Amino acid sequence: MFDFLDSGQYDLLGAFWVTVQLTLYSAIGSLIWGTLLVGMRVSPVPLMRSFGTGYVNVVRNTPLTIIVIGCSLGLSQTLGINLGADNFKDIGFRLAVLGLTAYTGTFVCEALRSGINTVPVGQAEAARALGLSFTQVLRLIVLPQAFRSAVTPLANVLIALTKNTTVAAAIGVGEAALLMKEMVENEAQALFTVFGVFAFGFIVLTLPTGLLLGWVSKRVAVKR
Amino acid sequence: MSSVLYDSPGPKAKGRNYVYTAVFLVVFALAAWWVLAKMADKDQLTAEKWSPFFTDSRVWTTYLLPGLWETAKAAALALVIALPLGALLGIARLSDHAWIRVPVGAVVEFFRAIPVLLMMVFASALFVQFTTISSDIRPLYAVVTGLVLYNASVIAEIVRAGILSLPRGQTDAAKAIGMRKGQTMTFVLLPQAVTAMLPALVSQLVVIVKDTALGGALLGLAELMTQTRNIPANYGANTIAALTVIAGLYIIVNFALTNLASWLEGRIRQAKKGSGAVVDIKTVDAGMGGADGI
Repeated sequence: MFDFLDSGQYDLLGAFWVTVQLTLYSAIGSLIWGTLLVGMRVSPVPLMRSFGTGYVNVVRNTPLTIIVIGCSLGLSQTLGINLGADNFKDIGFRLAVLGLTAYTGTFVCEALRSGINTVPVGQAEAARALGLSFTQVLRLIVLPQAFRSAVTPLANVLIALTKNTTVAAAIGVGEAALLMKEMVENEAQALFTVFGVFAFGFIVLTLPTGLLLGWVSKRVAVKR
Repeated sequence: MSSVLYDSPGPKAKGRNYVYTAVFLVVFALAAWWVLAKMADKDQLTAEKWSPFFTDSRVWTTYLLPGLWETAKAAALALVIALPLGALLGIARLSDHAWIRVPVGAVVEFFRAIPVLLMMVFASALFVQFTTISSDIRPLYAVVTGLVLYNASVIAEIVRAGILSLPRGQTDAAKAIGMRKGQTMTFVLLPQAVTAMLPALVSQLVVIVKDTALGGALLGLAELMTQTRNIPANYGANTIAALTVIAGLYIIVNFALTNLASWLEGRIRQAKKGSGAVVDIKTVDAGMGGADGI
């Protein structure tokens, strides 16, 4: 029943390793980009604020598929921007990370903004009364507390990101979903096993993330 | 909200804000200029690449509108099937009998934990092997099946959260006047929960619309997204223009739905009737599925 796994024809672990790498790189990228975006969204400069709001509203309402395919068709194939990679495999991977980062950044921004909303007004007022500037208020008082209460929504974004990396299959990145597509076509007699194996793989990836970050969020929660 | 973080600016802060604005404008302009220069370099800005969308109605009647129709069809079918199925699963998960509650809970958590693309690919292969559905309609079946499996389990969670958001007194009062469990659910809890769930359901429709694009990319459903390949093939490689217009169409549709959701939410919060409670899709217990609104 599982003999297709031993045939050596399919690199199952390799495909899931690509999924993990996609998730990790995009997670780091979107955390940085999302923090920048939320900084803009709450900044006192009206122009930055409207840019942040506009970006989030536009990108959140675009299908991830069209963003990732746009990176491939538009950026790489039409405009020739290959992000410094020279072979097909690396170009696809980097473009997928770029697309996932641009998309997931908006959800990180919203998660952090909901975190900022949980910080009581008094905290920021007290900080301002001490004479801290906007950047200091944000960096020393508000964001540390916001990050703590944002752990749960951020964990949800991370789990959703893990599932969303399958979209990279649309531009031919050799991750789990693309391998599954290949396998269900070649191993039709083992259809249910193939589906079960891949579903299990994703549960293995998302379940510990949820449990671990759930524990972390309880540990770091600000007691009020 | 943002005013919490800073005072209304004085003369000095105003000056500083102007400087920030200027710096931001310069950075933004540089980025925009770089992109436009790249596009001009590859001949993507010329008028004949963009004009078909405004002057040639055949672009719309042959590609964009049929694509949009296919997207709408897949999304609407998925919603119409997933809604009752999800409601059933959600209510079953609240059952008093463990032999119903536990298996349904496992099914719901399983389908929420795996990517929707996996289910679409699986459904497609399933239809190839066990049915005789013709290959031109099969992508639609596969996409709708995948979307239904995933979204029914998400809707189950929304329904469950909606029912749990009602005050306990509602169930107690229904019991006190002698209603059976089924009656309590159909006459007391569900009608009130529906209003609380409505915004979350509309938001979920946005997710469904976005996910139909996956079917276009990987299963050959001829929906709006696939036209990003068809239009440049017939109108002189206007890839960037086609991508922009198609992304714009998605954004308009989804933005309208998002606004509808927040308008509904505002109305329900203001309404005197009902509990005024609204299910926030982000606070629905995430389980293994993560934030379902993504």
